[in-house]
Amino acid sequence: MSAVLAVERLSKRFGGLMAVNQLSFTVEEHEILGLIGPNGAGKSTVFNLVNGVFPPSQGTVHFRGADITGMQPFRVARAGLARTHQIVQPLTEMTVLENCIVGACFGRENLPLGKARATAREAAVFVGLEQRLDTPAGQLTIAGKKRLELARALAAEPTLLLLDEVLAGLNPTEVTHMIGVIRRIRERGITILMIEHLMHAIMSLSDRIVVLNSGQLLATGTPQEVANDPAVIEAYLGDPKLAEQLQGDG
Amino acid sequence: MIGLLASIVDGLLVGSVYGLAAMGITLIWGVMDIINLTHGAMIVAGMFALYFLVGIGVPAYAALPPVLVVGLMIGVALYWIAVHRMVGRPPLMSLLSTFAVNLVLIGLGTALWGTVLFNVQFSLPGFTLGRYTFPGTHLMAAALTAVIAGLLYLFLYRTRTGKSVRAVAANREAAELVGIPTTQVLSLAFGLGVALAGVSGTLIATMFPFTVLAGDAYQLKSFVVIVLGGIGNPTGALIGGLALGLLEGLLTPFVPVSWTLVIEFVLFVVVLIAVPGGLLTLARSRRT
Amino acid sequence: MIFRRPFFWIIGLVMLVFAVAPLLGNDVQLRESLLLAAVYIILASNLNIMLGYTGYVNFGCIVFFGLGGYFCVYLMGTLGWGLAIAAIAGGFAVSFLAFLFGLGILRLRGAYFALATIGVNEGVQAFVSNFDPWGGSTGIYLSTELFQPLGGPARALWVIYYLLVAVMGISLYLSYFIKVSKFGLGLLAIGQNEDAAAVLGVPTPRYKALAYCASAFLPAVAGGLYFFKGAFIQPTDAFDLQFSTEAIVIAMLGGQGTVFGPALGAYLYEELRGWLLTSETFSNFQLVIAGALLLVIVLFAPGGLMGWLYGRWPRLRKILE
Repeated sequence: MSAVLAVERLSKRFGGLMAVNQLSFTVEEHEILGLIGPNGAGKSTVFNLVNGVFPPSQGTVHFRGADITGMQPFRVARAGLARTHQIVQPLTEMTVLENCIVGACFGRENLPLGKARATAREAAVFVGLEQRLDTPAGQLTIAGKKRLELARALAAEPTLLLLDEVLAGLNPTEVTHMIGVIRRIRERGITILMIEHLMHAIMSLSDRIVVLNSGQLLATGTPQEVANDPAVIEAYLGDPKLAEQLQGDG
Repeated sequence: MIGLLASIVDGLLVGSVYGLAAMGITLIWGVMDIINLTHGAMIVAGMFALYFLVGIGVPAYAALPPVLVVGLMIGVALYWIAVHRMVGRPPLMSLLSTFAVNLVLIGLGTALWGTVLFNVQFSLPGFTLGRYTFPGTHLMAAALTAVIAGLLYLFLYRTRTGKSVRAVAANREAAELVGIPTTQVLSLAFGLGVALAGVSGTLIATMFPFTVLAGDAYQLKSFVVIVLGGIGNPTGALIGGLALGLLEGLLTPFVPVSWTLVIEFVLFVVVLIAVPGGLLTLARSRRT
Repeated sequence: MIFRRPFFWIIGLVMLVFAVAPLLGNDVQLRESLLLAAVYIILASNLNIMLGYTGYVNFGCIVFFGLGGYFCVYLMGTLGWGLAIAAIAGGFAVSFLAFLFGLGILRLRGAYFALATIGVNEGVQAFVSNFDPWGGSTGIYLSTELFQPLGGPARALWVIYYLLVAVMGISLYLSYFIKVSKFGLGLLAIGQNEDAAAVLGVPTPRYKALAYCASAFLPAVAGGLYFFKGAFIQPTDAFDLQFSTEAIVIAMLGGQGTVFGPALGAYLYEELRGWLLTSETFSNFQLVIAGALLLVIVLFAPGGLMGWLYGRWPRLRKILE
């Protein structure tokens, strides 16, 4: 199995703050890799570095063998890497379907409008938004917007999907539904790198876990290994609830 | 060479007033992320205020306090009319709303006074050094700018209200959470910005003649100043103003006046593209 | 197919009205006011490509009109070119210049971009005022001989009118085709959330540049025709910001982001202006009314007239654009 994403010695400095420090990890094809860490560990920054929102201060990012370090976001998207945002970014005045059509038109396949419509519809149905295709995105509930974020990314038919806290703010029913959707995404052959705070979800979904603390790699391994890693537990002791979850669920 | 030096010094004097005007814009921009396109019209209003007050016998510099107060009131009113609903909306909307108010004001101005040149008739004894005399009005304007800027600092850094203005500028939601009445603060900030514009107009009118349409040029200069000094930064505005004044001082002996504005605009666009945070941020980041 | 969509035919109808109305009774006055309306529609629709789709306000859009005018007048007066070719060449020249300006200012966001466009207009005006081959601040006068190839001055005015109506039609169709195309979708996405659009793969720098150039071409051609008609061009007329402003008001009044909005807005604005100019008290207050109108629209009806119509009758969305 080859690495879909290879991040090497990635670093990002903001003024005096080292947000990400010499981080290296890979994401293997068809796996679900979980990226966890206490608040402020730098997880979203890693995503921003990977998809080109900021250029790294140091290090490289390789996507399917090609060097995409510092490449502009739209080019990264065109290469087949889609991402969702922690704070949802719907195209508010456009409908759900139109949002997805944008994803389909400008994603990896670069589809013309006609074909994009079909792909977009399929993606919206996949996440469960078929009743809302003509609703303006701004009118959706937070759960709806999160699903739209996901549908839009899927419509681009990516090889790698970056999910940034896609479960945050959802109630337990919605979480269960989303987890099912994520599993089905993987079944379609899409590799997933996900940031999540909901421990039981990410532990059960991920094949492997990468733990970040203060911008640095703390541990990697299977969910079991990571949950029992003393260094990880110590990092989370600052957040006792999470530490409990870590130990409790595994 | 000494002529150039004199020109530069004079440029610095006038530039300080540009800085004052720019403080008006940068305050509003920094606090509520809105560009006040009525700025030019407010500068002209300050100019007219001087003209009429002097006309009824008020000593020139005594016009400043009423302009400050009335400017504040007008600014607060403007905030409620055109700006309040625009806070947080796409920038296009607030641009257009302040632009619309500007149209109304300048339209009224040209309807009433056409493009006639107004000149406030008075002068002060100048300061002579060798062959060169620095106009007293310029010196006085620079001095008063320093006073007003000083008062602004005292307000922003030493009073409770001032601190709440800075808090809202830093993070509106957080300020709201700690109990600061953000809407009132925003209206106050806008009022202050307009008052500063008016006062700078009054000072400019003590130095130069003006027309209803003069506001455009000074508004442009204010934008150039902010871009030089950094947006949302009152100190930067002053420094930027001095820098612009310096530039004008360097240019006037050699370049016809009609070109100065073009050069300033090119400068504006170039600096905006090259250093979005303003030149001062460049200087700052070099130190860290 | 495109021909099935009603709007395609609605534009055609508008053009027909413009073409036929002044012919009835050989009404020269009507023709002149329709000509002005056509110019407003051209300016507003093309402005809309940036304003309504990407959300970028081009305060100085008049610069395209003025420069197009200068190129055309110069090519005809000094180099002896024919009208059509000079106007079109002007269109290309100005689009190219727009591309160059765009390289610089399109990197700026929102408000900065808007201010920079004023700068471009003022800068170009100052430059042209000092540019002797183009007559400096006095401008260029054209000899009436140039109307001869068109059949003499009276007939030439009709020819120019129809050419402008054609340009107006093309502007409306261009605006329409962009809106229903993939390019247009990308522009609309940029207007909603530029960063999100980029992350979705919309090639934002290239699309903005294309939109900017596209929005320059037809106003430039129109400028050429307009100033040739007057046989005279000078910097203060060519780069009059008031014209730009009115185009913005019209686009907002009619409904930014719609194709029909600028046409509707131009019609309403023209009516309003006509009424104002005849009224003694109000003729000086043109700008004031325009400003007040804009303020009301921005505060209470940012979608303009079309926005209001769509809100009231959502079915209209399927017919009009």
